[in-house]
This record gives sequence, C-alpha cells and structure tokens, in this order.
Amino acid sequence: MTTSSSPFEYAPAPESRSIVDIAPSYGLFIDGEFVDGTGDAFPSVNPATEEVLTEVSAASEADVDRAVRAARRAFEKTWGPMRAADRGKYLFRIARLLQERAREFAVLESLDNGKPIRESRDVDVPLAAAHFFYYAGWADKLDHVGLGTRPRALGVAGQVIPWNFPLLMLAWKVAPALAAGNTVVLKPAETTPLTALLFAEVCRQADLPAGVVNILTGAGDTGRALVEHDDVDKVAFTGSTEVGRSIARAVAGTSKKLTLELGGKAANIVFDDAPIDQAVEGIVQGIFFNQGHVCCAGSRLLVQESIHDEVVASLQRRIGTLRVGDPLDKNTDIGAINSADQLARIRELSDIGEAEGAQRWQPACELPDRGFWYPPTIFTDVSSAHRIARDEIFGPVLSVLTFRTPDEAVAKANNTTYGLSAGIWSEKGSRILKIANQLRAGVVWANTFNKFDPTSPFGGYKQSGYGREGGRHGLAAYLEGAEQ
Amino acid sequence: MTHVLDPDALSDDARALSVPLPPYRDATRSDSAFRAFLHGLPGVDQVGAEARVAQLGTRSIKTTSKAWAIDTAISMVDLTTLEGADTPGKVRSLAAKARRPDPTDPTCPRVAAVCVYGDLAGVAREALGDSGVHVAAVATAFPSGRASRAVKLADVRDAVQNGADEIDMVIDRGAFLSGRYLDVYEEIVAVKEACARPDASPAHLKVILETGELVTLDNVRRASWIAMLAGGDFIKTSTGKMSPAATLPVGLVMLEAVRDFRAATGRQVGFKPAGGIRTTKDAVKHLVLINETVGPDWLDPDWFRFGASSLLNDLLLQRQKLRTGHYSGPDYVSVD
Repeated sequence: MTTSSSPFEYAPAPESRSIVDIAPSYGLFIDGEFVDGTGDAFPSVNPATEEVLTEVSAASEADVDRAVRAARRAFEKTWGPMRAADRGKYLFRIARLLQERAREFAVLESLDNGKPIRESRDVDVPLAAAHFFYYAGWADKLDHVGLGTRPRALGVAGQVIPWNFPLLMLAWKVAPALAAGNTVVLKPAETTPLTALLFAEVCRQADLPAGVVNILTGAGDTGRALVEHDDVDKVAFTGSTEVGRSIARAVAGTSKKLTLELGGKAANIVFDDAPIDQAVEGIVQGIFFNQGHVCCAGSRLLVQESIHDEVVASLQRRIGTLRVGDPLDKNTDIGAINSADQLARIRELSDIGEAEGAQRWQPACELPDRGFWYPPTIFTDVSSAHRIARDEIFGPVLSVLTFRTPDEAVAKANNTTYGLSAGIWSEKGSRILKIANQLRAGVVWANTFNKFDPTSPFGGYKQSGYGREGGRHGLAAYLEGAEQ
Repeated sequence: MTHVLDPDALSDDARALSVPLPPYRDATRSDSAFRAFLHGLPGVDQVGAEARVAQLGTRSIKTTSKAWAIDTAISMVDLTTLEGADTPGKVRSLAAKARRPDPTDPTCPRVAAVCVYGDLAGVAREALGDSGVHVAAVATAFPSGRASRAVKLADVRDAVQNGADEIDMVIDRGAFLSGRYLDVYEEIVAVKEACARPDASPAHLKVILETGELVTLDNVRRASWIAMLAGGDFIKTSTGKMSPAATLPVGLVMLEAVRDFRAATGRQVGFKPAGGIRTTKDAVKHLVLINETVGPDWLDPDWFRFGASSLLNDLLLQRQKLRTGHYSGPDYVSVD
C-alpha cells in the first residue's frame, strides 16, 4: 500500500521460509525431552493466511505436575547446586545460539504471530538474545546486585507469557529466572507456541541440564494448572489484566511470589515545542509497532491543542505510507492481527468509538483476502470519557485527545486505571524531567517510544501490574532475601 | 584593507530584492524577525532522524524495482568533475559519457547534467550540444565561498555567459554560523538575479548548504528554509570537498523542508545530495528516502539530482549485472 500510484513500487521481497522446519505435530518439553502430552492437540495457525502450521499438545494437569516435578528435581540436584559461573556459561551459550539461529527464529515468529519480519528480525530476536547475554553476566555476581549478601533462588518458577512477543517475553522470563538459579516451567500463549518449542531445541543444543527449562503448550486451563500447582514457588505472568487478577486470587494465601505485567493505555504527550517530524515517527512507532499488540503501546495521543491540526495532518500523511501485508515481506510495516478473537475485539471497540462520536480515519488500504487484518486507524475528537480512551484495544488504533497546559496533560495522562508507560515529546529538557516525575507510569520515554533494553527495568503502576522485569530489578523478582 | 572591487557597490545588487512568497512575506523584514522565524521552525531530534533513516535503509529493493531505481538514478546524476587539474579534454570526455553512459547499451538513459567549474562551462556546453544534458557550473567562490559578494556575482555571471544553465552556489557559512541569516538570504537572492539570461529563462539555481560545516540538523533545517525563501530552485547538501557530505539524516531533514515549503507556499523546490554517494546501494537508499518522505513528485530529474562522479560507474555495473545475470568488472565501464 502506498499513498498514490508511485512509479517506484517495491517488488515483493519475501524472506524465505525454507529455513524453518515445522514438524506436523509437537509434544511437550519436559525434563529435557520432547514427550507426548496427555491432553488434546490443538492447531497453531498462521494469522496472515489462516493456514494451519502444525498441531501442538495442550498440557493436562498431569503433564503440568510432571513438568513441575522435573523442574524441582533439576533445582535440587543440578541447577541449584551448580557453580554460579557455570550457570552463566549455559546462559551465554543459549544467547549465542539464539544469535546463530536468529533468522530461523525470526521467520518462525513471523509465521506464527503475524508480525512483520522486519520487526522479528530487527527487534524481537536480537533483544531476546541480548536479555540472555545480559543476565548471563549477572549469574555469578548475585552477591553484588545490591540486594543483600547471598540472595537465594526461589525454586521453581511457573511462567505464563502472551502472544504478542512470544520469544522476547520468554527471554524476559527465563533469562533472569535461570541467572538467579531457579528452574522454570513456561507456558507460551495458545496461539504462538512455536518459537518456545524451538527454544526448547536450543536448550538441548546448549546441553542445558534436563528439567531446568520445561515448556508446556496449552490454553488457559494449562496456565491455571501451572500457577495453582502447589510446588511452584514463583509465578510470573504477562498478559491481560483480567487474567492477571484471577492469578493474583489463585496465589493469594500461598507462599508463592508473584509478578504481573498487565495491560496499558499509555499516553504519548506531544508539546508544541516538540520536534514534530520525529514526534510523528514516534507516534507511529508507539501505536503501530507490532500491529499495536503491545501492552505499553502509546494508544492515547495527547497533543497540545495549538498544534493538533498540524500533527494530525502529518500523521495521516505518514500513515498513508505504511505498508500493510505479508509479514514475511521485508518491506512490510504492519502485519496480521494475531487471531480472529483479537480482530473481533479491535473491531468491536472501534465501532464503539464511532458510536460514541469520535471520528474514525483510515488510509486507503488494500488488505489481503485471507487472514486477520485491520488497517492502521486513528480516532480524532476523542474525549477522556470515551471507551476508546479508556479500554486497552491492543490493536493498531490510536485515540487522539488534546490538552492546553502541562498540568492538563499530566492530569489526562494519569487519568487511567493503567500505568505501564508514557511518552513525552518536547525540545525542552527541563519540561521533560518535570513531567516525567509527575506521570504515574513505569516507563517514561522522552522523544522516543517503544525502546527496550535488557538493562532497563520495565513494569507498571496500578492495574498494569507489579514487579519489574529487566535490569537489576528483574533479578529481584527471582531471589529470596532480596527487597524488590 | 584594500578591496579590488568597491564593497559598497555590492549590496546594491542585494537590496532590490523581491520578498519571499506568502505566507512568509514578513519573515525577512528584519534581522530579528528572520531570526525569530528560523528559530521558530520545529526542532529536529537527531536520534529520531537517524533512527528513521536507519529503518528506511532496511527496505529491500529487488528485481523490477531495482531495475527501475538504477535507470532512474542514472537519469538523475549530475556527473561531476571539480578538480584543479580539469582540462577541456577531461570535460569533453565526461560529456561523452554523460550523453551515453554505457556505450554497449543504447537503452541506458543519459545523465541529467555535467557539473564543472565555470570556466569550463563553455567546453561542456559545446560538447553536450542539444543532447538535453544540462550544464551545471559551480560558482560563488566554490567551495569555500570566501570572497566578496561582487566577486561571487561576477563568478556566477561568467558561468552563465559561458553556457551554464544551472548554477551550483555555496552559501556563506561564516555568516550563517555567526547568526547573520539575512546576509545569507540576501546573497542567495542576489545570485539568483545574476542567473538571469537575456534570451532564455534564468539558469536554475542550486544552493549548496555545506551541511558538514553546519553540523546540527537544526542548522540544516534553518539553512534549507533560507535558501528556499530566497528563491533557490534546488537545495543541495554539500560541495563534495569535505566529509561528512550527503548523509541520509541530512537528506531526510532537507526533504522535510522542501515538502513543508511546498505545502505552505505551493512552490516545489528540488533536492540534490552531493558527495559521498558512491554505490548503487547508497543511491537506492536515497530514492527510498524520497519515495517515503516527499513522495513520487520528487522522483524526477527535474526535482532530484545526485551530485556524484564515481556513482555512475557503479550504477552501470549493477545495471549490466541485472541484464546479464553476472558481475563484470571495472574494465567494462569507462574510466573518467
């Protein structure tokens, strides 16, 4: 898709999928082996084509128990007693293997998730490797993290991750857990299990001792069985606030430690002294990155009233150049919506936005016939009371609101039940620092958006969850005798 | 200090000036007004600009689109020689190459212009005849621009008289960096007037900002606006005599400037990156940058040029590769 008929049409430049070898069906990865699950099999679908990629096993309660017992054994017999420097060595090895097999992971991620190869190749996979490298370095330095002397591993971590960044969220969860000396049982999302299964293969390739990492595919029931298992010491969840709440209830009254990384409705605040062209890029990056399937997406644009028209016009022009289509094409900017369910939710909330009086704008945009697609969308004339300004849409839909003064910007930005991230655009450094201190959000970006780094902690205020992932803080979530 | 030319006489040229196009008529009414205008332009975040061009740099241009891009790039080259050792023979040889870049393939497009020093513009004019290839001459005490205004204007008139139909001038970077924006503006206006030709439309004026000396992207944006307001037909990054020259972030900011200027005034200004663009890959990145920043209106030799010398041979080698399926070598294109 381009704005007008340009003589410069980009010929298709698809990344070859021959590098990945998808088996017709997959079992579970328990105690270092791929084993058949006892639950039902379910398909994993390419959301760009609705093609069934493979069948995976839904882990039953018995499978979960098997995996947790394997993880416990590994914690007590091998991984726990192991010299910390040796644990680090395994993590470095995994990090290098992720780099070596980067293209394979990127293609598989785009096939299974629908995200453009440009992002899986340039963001997801390199960042996942970076997380392993970063935490590998910490493995033998835990005494010096600043969490007191001799912090101890918690034991077995039950981890449940979402479908928006399947491999990256795995890395965020597994790397700090292993570096701190824990063993893990991880459940990837129902719709995106394939890179986690490939990661299991990498664990074998790295000779990681059996049981240190266990991967259980499945849906909500599997996740529930995992977080409710008595022998799990730590639960880490990334996903929706609704599921997070039920997990919090499930672990209440147990000794399990819990970190939750939930939804968001981030404000991206653009002041009239902002670098406008870069702000427009940042708005696009903030809401259309990964089709908007980002918990910290800048889904509420707060723009100073005096530059509203100019910014919206620039934004529309820029959105007109976004290329929507085949996720494996190297020139694609926006890929497929991950599932039919998610597409239905995006449609529903967008329709509500229109019904409530906001103005919907979408570029002229041809979408493929098959698969799950939604065009980049902006809503103007949005009020703070509209549902599209309050509910997390988790799709490529931006709500534009205005403000007149910095105080009003802060008040509107904080007027949400979430508090995961925020963005500030201004050329004035003192303003950025002042506003950043007033925002109740875990991450505040200044003159950029959706930038991630393993050294930087990430997490939310309010209904966006608690606990931090990344950086030194990320280790605290997996250590005992350490303040979080 | 003794001036060969009366310095007071110079500014006469500059005073009889037209004012900028609406809505910017008032912008140049005083030093302070002009300063306020230029400093009121939105700032440029360098990190963001670099991230944007890096992202565009990952575009994958293959097969038919690559073939189109190579031919288009060839037709946009200002084939340049700007050496102290330039001779009429060298210029004639370059002119022959400009008319027919690949002697083995008549379907290969000709380049846009030959760019030489002003004293050799006549040689180039004669050698190019009615081929349609333009003659561009650098002027205004190129590349430093350090001469009095009268000398610069005489330089321009001389080049035009010798047959140049495009003038590549340099701005006074010293004046710009010391904040004398109106001086920079007035000089460009004066040069534009000196481009007049009695029996033809005025020579096209390309204004070289020498962005490597302006350093910041904020400065690049301000200098771009000065050049456009003063009536420049093209804004050009660099002389090619220093590094860095035509970087992609600079190109992005200058393209944003021509885009915004047209949106505000209705007048389209061209863009010419020059210096440091040596490979087909570099050229394609620039075409992608245009395509996705200002759109197809600028994908035309009337609105976009590459100032380059060695680029052409790489384009020709890549073109041969697409046609034959294998790489040849440097002996399959002509040495300039």
